[in-house]
This record gives sequence, C-alpha cells and structure tokens, in this order.
Amino acid sequence: MTTDLTRLTADALATKLSTGEVSSVEATQAHLDRIAAVDGSVHAFLHVASDSALAEAADIDRRRAAGEELHPLAGVPIAIKDVIVTKGMPTTSGSKILEGWVPPYDATVMTKLRAAGLVSIGKTNMDEFAMGSSTEHSAYGPTHNPWDLERIPGGSGGGSAAAVAAFEAPFALGSDTGGSIRQPAHVTGTVGLKPTYGGVSRYGAIALASSLDQIGPVSRTVLDSALLHDVIGGHDPRDSTSLTDAWPSFAEAVRNADVAGLRIGVITELQGDGFQPGVMERFREALALLEGAGAIITEVGLPSVEHAIAAYYLIMPAEASSNLAKFDSVRFGLRVNPKGGGTVEDVMSATREQGFGAEAKRRIILGTYALSAGYYDAYYGSAQKVRTLVQRDFAAAFANADVLVSPTAPTTAFKLGEKTGDPLSMYLNDIATIPANLAGIPGISVPVGLAAEDGLPVGIQFLAPAREDARLYGVAAALEALLEQKWGHTLLSQAPDLSPSEMNATDEGAV
Amino acid sequence: MSEITQEQVTHLASLARIALTPEEIVSLTSELGSIMDHVATVTEVATPDVPATSHPIPLQNVFRDDVVGQTLTAEEALAGAPDHDGSRFRVTAILGEEQ
Repeated sequence: MTTDLTRLTADALATKLSTGEVSSVEATQAHLDRIAAVDGSVHAFLHVASDSALAEAADIDRRRAAGEELHPLAGVPIAIKDVIVTKGMPTTSGSKILEGWVPPYDATVMTKLRAAGLVSIGKTNMDEFAMGSSTEHSAYGPTHNPWDLERIPGGSGGGSAAAVAAFEAPFALGSDTGGSIRQPAHVTGTVGLKPTYGGVSRYGAIALASSLDQIGPVSRTVLDSALLHDVIGGHDPRDSTSLTDAWPSFAEAVRNADVAGLRIGVITELQGDGFQPGVMERFREALALLEGAGAIITEVGLPSVEHAIAAYYLIMPAEASSNLAKFDSVRFGLRVNPKGGGTVEDVMSATREQGFGAEAKRRIILGTYALSAGYYDAYYGSAQKVRTLVQRDFAAAFANADVLVSPTAPTTAFKLGEKTGDPLSMYLNDIATIPANLAGIPGISVPVGLAAEDGLPVGIQFLAPAREDARLYGVAAALEALLEQKWGHTLLSQAPDLSPSEMNATDEGAV
Repeated sequence: MSEITQEQVTHLASLARIALTPEEIVSLTSELGSIMDHVATVTEVATPDVPATSHPIPLQNVFRDDVVGQTLTAEEALAGAPDHDGSRFRVTAILGEEQ
C-alpha cells in the first residue's frame, strides 16, 4: 500500500487526498519510507525534513477533516532544489560555504507552495551554486541516475530529477540557468520546464546568473508540471524582473492538448554531428508521431546557435562572479580565520578559498576576467551582442513555426567522472538548452524513449516564444499521450526497481 | 588575444578575494586558456552594427512607494552570521597595519 502511493502522479495522489481515500500523513510517510530505502544509493537529497513534513501533512489532514476548502494539491509532498531558500530547512546551494545555514525567510515560490498546502519533504542535491551539468560539482557528493547508478543524473538539478525518477517525490522545484531543469529531465526520463524569464519569481532563489536564472517545475508527467507551474507562477513585487502578465491555466493547456495544424520547426543546427544515433532515432520517431497526429513539421535555422555557448560562458560567469561576492564571511555562512589573524579581506579570501569548490572558483575567476578593464568590450560586450543575434534568430524562426524542437541534449547520461577533468567538454554538452536562456524563452523536456545502444532515457525539447509557455504544455502533453499509447506504459515504469534487495544483488554482480 | 598568464590569474584571484593555492593557479591558468580560446569566438560575429542585449525581456526599472514594509528583525538577520554582538555583525580589523 505505502509503496503504491509513491508510484502515483501528483494529480492522482491529489485526487485520493481530496476524496479522503488517503491521508497526507500516509502519503508523506510513504515518500519518506521510499527515501529511506533508496536514497542511500541515489543521493538525491541533501536534507530530508521528516519531522516538519509530517507536521505539515498532519495539519493539512486536520484542516481537511474540519471541512476547510483546500487547494487541489494540498497535502501532496514535494522536493525542493537546494538553490531555493527555505525557512526552517537548511539551504546550501550545494556549497560548503553555506553549510548548515537556515535562512530567516522563504523564497516566494516557497510561500506559494505553503499557501497551497504542499508538503516540503526535503532539499535536493545540485552542482555547487547550480554550476554544472552532472551534480558532480556538489560539495556534498554527486547524485546517481536511478536508471544506472554509475551515471550522472544531469545537472545542475540532478537531485530534483533523480528524486522524481526514483519515486522519492511526485514532483519537485528546479532552477534553469542554461538547462539545469531540462537536461536532468532528459537523462532521467522525466519532465522539466523552464518558464519564460520572469514568469516565476526569483525572489529567494540564490542567484547564479540573474539575467538567465529561472525557477520551474520537475515531474514525471506533463500535467504534474503544469499543475505545479500554476501554483508557483505569476507576478511578484519582490522580484523587479517578474512579469506582470496574467497567465492562463497550464493544467488546462494540458487537458486541451492538440497538435492538429501546429507548426513545429525542427532546428537544423541541433541535430547530426555530435548527436548520439540513439538520441536522433527517438527524436525522429517522436516527430513522426506528431506529424501523424496532424502537426506540420518544418525545418528552421538558428545560425547564431553555434556562438551561443561561447556567449553563455562569458555572460554566466560574469554575472556569477558578481552574485557570489555576497559570500564574504560577514553575514551568513562560513568564516575561516587565517593563521595569525589578518584583516577582513584576508578572512574573506581564506573563507572563499576554503568554502568554494573548483568549479565555482573557475567561473568566478573567468567572470572576473571577462569583466576586467581592457577585456570588457571584447568579451562581455561581444557576448551581449551574440545574445541579440540569438534573439533575432528565434524571432525569425517563430515567424514560421509555433514551436521549435530539438533533442534536449546531444547524448544520454554519461558516466560519473567521465567529464570532470575537462571543463570545456562538460560545457559543450549544454548546446541545445542554452539558447533559450539567452533569449528568455520557455522550454520543456519530455521523455521520448530509450536509446537503443545503451538503454538510457532520451528527451525531446520544445521551445516557444516568450510568454507562450502554454503552447509547450499542449504539444508536450499530446506527445506524451501518443507515446504512452504506443508503448502501453509510461517510460519510468521501465526504470530499475531500486529496491534495497535488488541493489545489493547488483553490487554483487548477480543482476 | 586570450593568452592567460599565471600572473594574471593571481591578480584575478586577489580581485575576486580568493586565496588560491599555487597549484590552483597553475591548473586554472591552463583551464582558462582553453576555455577563453573557445569563448573568444564571440568577437568574430559581434560586429559594431549589432546592439548589445543585457536582458532577455525588455523591462523598465520598478519603483514602489517609500513606506516601511515587513523586514527581518535584527535577531533574524544575525541568526546565520559567523559572529555578531547582538545587534551588529562583527568582523576583524578593516585596515592592515601598513594602511
């Protein structure tokens, strides 16, 4: 019974909660039990909030019993990426420099989750300050991909994606600066959406690159992402970049999914060379299904995409070097006193040397270089011009297509340790996801099957013009339905069981 | 153009207030060199006629009325500080002896 509850989608669990068939305490306990059983191997969580989660769940059950009108998702457990500040739960952003820090306030998305009665079961692992594509840059050790524990779960939000894929939570919050929601979805067979820039408040999200960061939903189904997006989206006066638009119901967009007549533009530059054959095979198969359902498939070019990674790896570190200056050993986090004392600057330098990991240091130094006198125009200035070119390319492409499509990443999950010695090759892996962040447009990754050569999940990415997130939910939900009809099951039902007994057997080489 | 020296990395580390070890300076110098070789390609397409974009969606500055809102108490603000005296953050000397 309890294991069954973890297999339900957030939507299905919400229905059982509202009819009283299941209590929130039972649902929460089931997920905590699942975490206890598998997270030793997956390591999706940096903090499991058992006591507060059960207390929140009991409170929801009490309010429901008292006849209070509750949000449809009230009582459903959720996991929170550790980049999001949470009152009462430690928040580290995957860094030693914030070890043990318990924020005195909630991010706006947390305030909204609490108001809707969602139960926060813990904080998920991530690359330090969201700098990475594999979670290997977490100061607390990597997360393992539930499909193959020797492989990366993607990054930076590998913890949220793995938690959802391993049935430790029905859905989760992520953040996406260059693909940190979508690429983990791709390699774990899950769904993740980066909203339009400004569509979800960034207040209380520990900033990596402020002009690129966006919080979004992570889940096993398109509908669950839409339901969560409906909760967290909307204007926030505390975030000056927050859009004032009134947003449609994204759950409604899922329920009305239809691709008949939808013009889908295949991005020429994001296929072929460097893309794994098994990734391309599933990609083409998905396009054929959409075409069969009435979509019009065309080809569009984004010529500036080849310069997008270069521009991104100037803009992102430049903004990061500025944002991470706040970790100065004065107001929060670690303080390291150098031997023999010293000035506040000496303390700051010793603290940052010890508190930041290698990738954080690399990007801070890179960003400091890109912003320094004599190089600013050549590097940061040029990168901002490339940003204009990328935006122009998208504007031209969207004149001929309602949504654009590409594989979410060039390959399936690589092995842990495979790319840590070569930062540039890790960076190049983000080619398909970065352009959306530079342009501020929304993007979604949905699973399309397993690559033939390695049996690992493959995702497809759809992109829409700014403010048209609803289009992404429509096309993604339509494809999800077509694929599941064809397979006769969900993709995640094919993932390894991860039950402790089986994992012991794997360790012994018996499976 | 993107030739990076150990002296430069040492200087950047002092600007960024990170007390890098000599080993880190050596490895960062070579890594930054190869990363800059790649990212410097932006200069090839960034011609003078292309305007710069600093922000993905055009926005204007946002103002609010100058009224006191809900803020952290001193106790809350100091709760995560490495050192404080009950009402202020406490740090070591700001100026060195030679200053």
